[in-house]
Amino acid sequence: MQIIESSTMYDVIIVGSGAGGGMATKVLSEAGLKVAVVEAGPFFDPKDPKQQTQFKWPYESPRRGASTVRDFGEFDMALGGWNIEGEPYTQKNGSKFAWFRSRMLGGRTNHWGRISLRFSERDFKHRSLDGLGEDWPIGYSDVKPYYDRVDKLIGVFGSKEGLENEPDGFFLPAPKPRLHELYYMDGAKKSGVPVIPSRMSMVTKKVNKDRGICVYCGQCGRSCQYYADFSSGSCLIFPAQANGGQIDLFVNSMVREVTTNDEGKATGVLYINKEDRKEYRLKGKVVVMAASACSSARILLNSKSKQHPGGLGNSSGLIGKYLHDSTGASRGGFIPAMMDRKIYNEDGVGGMHVYSPWWLDNKKLDFPRGYHIEVWGGLGMPNYGFGFNPNSINEMIGEDVGGYGDGLRDDVKRYYGSTLGFGGRGESIALESNYCEIDPTQVDEFGIPVLRFNYQWTDHERYQAKHMHETFEEIIHNMGGTVFGDAPGKDQDYGLNKPGEIIHEVGTTRMGNDPKRSVVNKFEQMHDVENVFIVDAGPFVSQADKNPTWTILALAWRTSDYIVEQLKQQNI
Amino acid sequence: MDRRKSIKSIILGGVAGGLAINGCKPGTDGDTGVLEEVAIDENHFGRTPEEKEQIAKLNAEQFFNEHQMSTLHVLCALILPANEKYGSATDAGVPDFIEFMAKDIPAYQTQLKGGLMWLDHTSNKEYNVEFKSATVAQQKVILDGIAFPDKEKPTYEQNFFSLMRNLTVTGYFTSKMGIEDLGYKGNTPNVWNGVPQDVLDKHGKSYPKDWESKFVDQSKRNIMAEWDDDMNLIT
Repeated sequence: MQIIESSTMYDVIIVGSGAGGGMATKVLSEAGLKVAVVEAGPFFDPKDPKQQTQFKWPYESPRRGASTVRDFGEFDMALGGWNIEGEPYTQKNGSKFAWFRSRMLGGRTNHWGRISLRFSERDFKHRSLDGLGEDWPIGYSDVKPYYDRVDKLIGVFGSKEGLENEPDGFFLPAPKPRLHELYYMDGAKKSGVPVIPSRMSMVTKKVNKDRGICVYCGQCGRSCQYYADFSSGSCLIFPAQANGGQIDLFVNSMVREVTTNDEGKATGVLYINKEDRKEYRLKGKVVVMAASACSSARILLNSKSKQHPGGLGNSSGLIGKYLHDSTGASRGGFIPAMMDRKIYNEDGVGGMHVYSPWWLDNKKLDFPRGYHIEVWGGLGMPNYGFGFNPNSINEMIGEDVGGYGDGLRDDVKRYYGSTLGFGGRGESIALESNYCEIDPTQVDEFGIPVLRFNYQWTDHERYQAKHMHETFEEIIHNMGGTVFGDAPGKDQDYGLNKPGEIIHEVGTTRMGNDPKRSVVNKFEQMHDVENVFIVDAGPFVSQADKNPTWTILALAWRTSDYIVEQLKQQNI
Repeated sequence: MDRRKSIKSIILGGVAGGLAINGCKPGTDGDTGVLEEVAIDENHFGRTPEEKEQIAKLNAEQFFNEHQMSTLHVLCALILPANEKYGSATDAGVPDFIEFMAKDIPAYQTQLKGGLMWLDHTSNKEYNVEFKSATVAQQKVILDGIAFPDKEKPTYEQNFFSLMRNLTVTGYFTSKMGIEDLGYKGNTPNVWNGVPQDVLDKHGKSYPKDWESKFVDQSKRNIMAEWDDDMNLIT
């Protein structure tokens, strides 16, 4: 087969354009380096009227927002999903790992929840405290300067709280809680659960001249045309281009492998252009992997050579291992005091205005790590599914369920905005026995061997989910409410989400000082291949009870600074 | 520097040239062209080319026949009839929505067609007339028998009616008329400055005093954020 080769020699080739890839693109291009960004999906700009879903009404679609074609509803801005036609993945030993991929410029940052939390010193060194998992080779003081820079560059609202495990940042001011969030605050207080303003990357106050300020439409999941929320394209890649960076953007380009020379050093990447389905080669001095924890692992494992028989930089055999996702469990309830509400616009920012960071001491509990609580509710825009079982709540107030006629209208209206719910998002323990690997029996439609997952939860995570449900029930009762359904039992893992479903998968190329027990060093540089770096969540040693994006961004910036320095010193 | 222009020059597909991918059309002329195209495209809501194609394909198919459609018209208006202020679910276009959803989610198909057949069968047996042509009183007698599902073991007729009720209510409240009826006020750029005072009073809620300094001062939202070294916002 003839491979079409570019004559351009890039300083850096970045594989993937999400949080990590976007940050690397910005920092490296602004240092004057010539950069290629290779993205498997199409170009996307939330300002492009042809791609926008923000401010669309349900009736503009014949399916009214149903999730038939996009997993989080058809107005959600994730092109891809749990299953992508022609790009399967498989399971082993009864595993049920769910893998969410966004194939588009900016990746999953176009629809993510924007919950932007810093890891604390405890999060980096948790093994020292409880003997489980592994400590990171770096601590909070290594990452803090970069968290600070990310806060100021991108913007995150929140409040200074002085909590040891929830390090403060350079926050923009927080939006006021909505009504259901005020109910939550009171209900949580009765149980001793702390509530603080959320920390999320929407711009509630001007952070720079190129981005708009939040218009409180609650639609960050649709990606903001004013660039008032953090998406990798609008906040990192486009500004880097505008700053005159030498950036070549390759879209619809699916990287198959990293190419190497006789010394085992990376020489570039081999990709398939989805338009013409031909193979192309790009040459670069440095390769930065940012395809997502699992996609980067897949590409590296598929990059076999004489020097790297088990996949690129895999002498430890650990690429793909220690895969772990946040735990999750959710529960909802009905609050009679919120029936027959006065209707007003409370769209707010996309997602919650308040949340509860982890508040208990695990030494006194039967599970080792914590979780935080996310809250939903309110007078949201109706979409497909709104009004299903319109009066099932009747049962809770002693009335008949079902029926038909004009009364259904009244039922829908009186319950509108009277329900709320919680999502617990917790830390799981990374295990070598949970992994993704190459399935030797299957390829995708581009001929690239696919991933196979092996992942089992343990009682650490199950008991944590059980505790989440107990907490949620208690708080809903405190609010004078009725909980929906029964607490899921042992046979249902106490309501624990399947691994992958929280979309915080990390750990597949973990960081460490010992090349036998880790894949990259503390600068996210591969132990075995000095000119390959990984800036997605693959290098995460542990997950923390925090969402990973802010840490991906901070580490990607830190690694990019290191790459610039190493190139200057001609070390790589 | 014009960012759009810069993007034009640097989006590449294959390196061999001639494969430039059209992300967004750069430049003023291009922008106007896009807006015009959007304006004349009724089905425009940020669809990818593949998604558009799929919608066009479903729209070209017909799932319910004429008799079934007219039965749906009668049934939807029974489930959500008109009142003094608003039209019925049928007036709000719900039968067409159900026609689309039956094609979009094929799992609904047998239950919907079978259920409509059951309505005719029952009406024929009881009143010697098809459901759509029975009197409203007769129609209601039939619906009364299936509209309150058994909690433990709902029958297939009850399941059919529950599905019809779900689709009718969701179709209505996601229509323009239904959203107006519901009173939803959002989906528009605005400034959130907290729960209205009368609502706070009614619910006996208030914002904690020690939280006031944490909240955004909307009169200063356009002033560039600056902090002191101690992470305090000073603007």
